[in-house]
Amino acid sequence: MDWIDLIVIPVIKGIILLLLLLTSTAYLTYGERKLVARFQVRLGPNRAGKFGILQPLADVVKLMFKEEVVPGHVDKFVYLLAPILAVVPAFAIFAVVPIGPDFHLFGRTISLHMADINVGLLYVLSIASVSTYGVMLAGWSSNNNYSLLGALRTSAQMISYELPMGVFLVSLLLISGSLSLVEIMSAPRPLWAWIWLWIAFPFYFICMLAETNRSPFDLPETENELVAGYQTEYGGIKFGLFYLSEYLHMITTSAVMATLFFGGWRGPFVDQFPILSIVYLSIKILALLFLFIWVRASIPRVRYDQLMKFGWKYLLPIALIYLAITAVLVLALG
Amino acid sequence: MAIKELVEGTREIAKAMGVTLKHLAMPPVTVESPDQPIMVYPRFRGRHYLRRYENGLERCIGCQLCEAACPTGAIYVEAAENTDEERRSPGDRYARVYEINLLRCVFCGDCEEACPVEAIVLGHEYTLANYDRRDFILTKEELLEPPSPNVIIRPEE
Repeated sequence: MDWIDLIVIPVIKGIILLLLLLTSTAYLTYGERKLVARFQVRLGPNRAGKFGILQPLADVVKLMFKEEVVPGHVDKFVYLLAPILAVVPAFAIFAVVPIGPDFHLFGRTISLHMADINVGLLYVLSIASVSTYGVMLAGWSSNNNYSLLGALRTSAQMISYELPMGVFLVSLLLISGSLSLVEIMSAPRPLWAWIWLWIAFPFYFICMLAETNRSPFDLPETENELVAGYQTEYGGIKFGLFYLSEYLHMITTSAVMATLFFGGWRGPFVDQFPILSIVYLSIKILALLFLFIWVRASIPRVRYDQLMKFGWKYLLPIALIYLAITAVLVLALG
Repeated sequence: MAIKELVEGTREIAKAMGVTLKHLAMPPVTVESPDQPIMVYPRFRGRHYLRRYENGLERCIGCQLCEAACPTGAIYVEAAENTDEERRSPGDRYARVYEINLLRCVFCGDCEEACPVEAIVLGHEYTLANYDRRDFILTKEELLEPPSPNVIIRPEE
């Protein structure tokens, strides 16, 4: 372990990951607009460049060059802090997601994940909770009824849905016996464990929809009752950061789900050709992102009481029953 | 009760997602407007134009009936006598000035109805945006040379 291993390689990996994530987020917005358009039998953006491929670039440039307005009635420090707090955790979660197997370059072993911490799962949970603060503080500091209501809803929603999500993760923990994402992914799983985990996947996915504030659980920003919720007072690139964090969250949660439920970067022939690992992971992430967008195009937004009722009266009991059965299964079969 | 609701809900969501997936496979219905022609009905009432006879003479005889019929006063006609040296229309008189203010026009088609010689007609052109308010007043020259609109006429059932 010399300084190259400690500093240079992580910095290079981090920069590459950041750039990769930023670009893919930009193109996720394009992909979503295009896909939702096709779901609605429309064409979607197609004016900027061929097939509108430059649309995200145009969007970003537009947001960047907008006038920076800070309304007079806001709590300025918190107001400016909130978008940063929303974006940073979304990036940070990706640090524990394994992207591929270790490979050797110039006599060094380089692992394709930023960090393999032994409490990776807890890290994911806690960092995901931090992003709630971004939304909360945005709503609070905006000093605006709609923003505050939106933020209140978000916090209630995120807390309600983090609970079943945590319980499902505990079940996963029982099966894999480790908190490290790398180990969860690479540990061999018997067939019954795979099938049993996939039964939990739809419920976990619903939790993730609520966690990322995606339709049909995008209550914090219900346009028809809350103007735009916590984003109302934000403009320009500050709004852009919230937007970025939402889509980044989609990508990171998809990556985490792919790692936990679908074996991450593993796939056929990946041992012979390590480069395939990135392809497999990308395919899995893209499939999950498609699911996110598909759900958005299909299901209308739920009412606030329905959201709470579903979280507490259905999801949580299901998660607890699932946990109990998992424990029995692990004891009997594992 | 709760289980029944859950099963029911799952079925409905699956149904909804099936519907959207079916629509994903359909070709888009969007008409890319300036590039692709728009479907209009044959009797669509767009920008006006003044017709001529086959021999090149103007149909308009400057009778000003359209000006009288116009409910918004968008039409202004000034007639002049035809002479043997300079003959514009078959009748005694012709329209020396014929102006239509598109900002006032409501495209009701009453001018068409009023015209005894079928000179003024509403065409299919509908892209009437302009940068200058002055350009919304169509002069006689503009009315005599109508632009060919980028439309396809919908067959009448």
